Amino acid sequence: MSERFIKCTELADVLDLLCPMYVLLDETGHICRVGPTLQKLRADQPMKGQRFLELFELNRPKAVSSFAGLMKTSGAKLHLRFRDEPQTGLKGALVSFPGGNGAIVNLSFGISVMDAVRDYALNSADFSATDLTIELLYLVEAKSAAMEASRTLNLRLQGMMIAAEEQAYTDTLTGLKNRRALDHVLGRMVTSGKAFALMNLDLDYFKAVNDTMGHAAGDHVLQQAARIMVEETRGDDIVARVGGDEFVLIFGELTDRKNLQRIAGRLIELLQEPIRFGDQTCRISASAGTVIWCNEGEPKAADLLHEADLALYAAKRAGRACHKFYCSEMRVENQDNSTTQAPAVPVVASGGSVSDPDETAARATGT
Amino acid sequence: MHGLINRAIQTFVCQTYGNDLWYRVTEAAELGFTEFESMLIYEEDLTHKVLDALCTDLGRPQAEVLEDLGTYLVSNPTVEALRRLLRFGGVNYVEFLHSLDDLPDRARLAVDDLDIPRLELREQIAGQFSLTCGPGLPGFGWVMMGVLRTMADDYGALVFLEYSGKRDNDEVISITLIETAFSEGRSFELGARTG
Repeated sequence: MSERFIKCTELADVLDLLCPMYVLLDETGHICRVGPTLQKLRADQPMKGQRFLELFELNRPKAVSSFAGLMKTSGAKLHLRFRDEPQTGLKGALVSFPGGNGAIVNLSFGISVMDAVRDYALNSADFSATDLTIELLYLVEAKSAAMEASRTLNLRLQGMMIAAEEQAYTDTLTGLKNRRALDHVLGRMVTSGKAFALMNLDLDYFKAVNDTMGHAAGDHVLQQAARIMVEETRGDDIVARVGGDEFVLIFGELTDRKNLQRIAGRLIELLQEPIRFGDQTCRISASAGTVIWCNEGEPKAADLLHEADLALYAAKRAGRACHKFYCSEMRVENQDNSTTQAPAVPVVASGGSVSDPDETAARATGT
Repeated sequence: MHGLINRAIQTFVCQTYGNDLWYRVTEAAELGFTEFESMLIYEEDLTHKVLDALCTDLGRPQAEVLEDLGTYLVSNPTVEALRRLLRFGGVNYVEFLHSLDDLPDRARLAVDDLDIPRLELREQIAGQFSLTCGPGLPGFGWVMMGVLRTMADDYGALVFLEYSGKRDNDEVISITLIETAFSEGRSFELGARTG
């Protein structure tokens, strides 16, 4: 007996170094020796002499409640945890000694290692030389630091992307100029002193296409409409999409009414042609209003956009698929409307377009 | 050159000498920008231009400035992560020195396109080491001088360092360990949460 005991302590001395989270169990399931790191987890509570299953709770395999049952798991992977707080989870394996004369259980932290190292203030001396815990901790910290650097870069790139989009001059859906570009170009044309015509064009029934046939169909219609407008204008004319279905066209040094009427008529005619989308057919129309500026007085870009809006509104009132030129009476008319039918035309100072007369009326009556 | 290295130089300059000097340096080096990104790769040339412009502006030799950079990297709280990663190398200064052989591999484990020069520690006689820094980053030996000196303080060891110069393309540093536990050093907990 004593000879075996001595062997056992010698073995335990070796285990202290090689796997410092082991326990030696006697034939009744009591702990007779414990590795230094495992004991460190319960520094003020000596494990020696305690029953293994009173200290640890077995999570897997389930339904093992007796020491005899535990001995039968020999060689299998065990999942267990402390019965008292903190209930650190452990992985382990039990190997029974020949003849059922006790067993050795080796334990490790498994995935709970990060918390365990912090909770129990473990250091590298607590792990065996071959244990990969230190490398694992190193890797976690190194990767977190690298991830943080990547995250910082991503945030900065995202910020730059938003800024770039804000500064962009192109409407990404149609490839036309956008509102920003229009403001820029219009401002330049106004100060250049050269004559030009400004046309506001709204697609009619576009909302119906979008609502009944879906956004993909709506997007397709906008792209086709944009293509038509680009094809029907000269290379240095400006075509901009300034809202959902609102477009502004600028014709440099073109002030001839007949010519402009012809262009508007042709645009409306082409936009009324059915547009195929898959096996569906989309039908829209357009209304347009134009203001001509012949270098008289000092116009403001916002005034011109407003006047083109008034002309567009007049065209809509005259029935859809119409084109009107702005004339000063429209201002008076508009004022009349606003007194009788307030608020008739929600004109945005910067030149935001006039909405459908029907919609405006509906809004006015609160329906 | 990896952005992490360029970025390290940038934070070192900004925190030690201020942003104005950094802007002057980026201008003199004709970078065309003022911020390096840690996770992008830059032309090799840019780093050398920045270092040249920095040393000219400071009127100090490159070796001194690079050693300061090494010190900054392992002592400034903003780059605490790096000091912690180095401390994982060993429980005392000698173990730390021996872990330097693994440093390029460890660096690659964290950031797989970060190449730092090969490091080779030799123990000549007890307490007397030489560290060979391979080619790839000219002046890296001087940076390592700063790192080694500061990590000695960190571990509480007393060492004498000497830059022994270049051998072929390698740089060699000789390290004499006078006392392992000279002072208490800085505390290091494995499980401490950083950042």
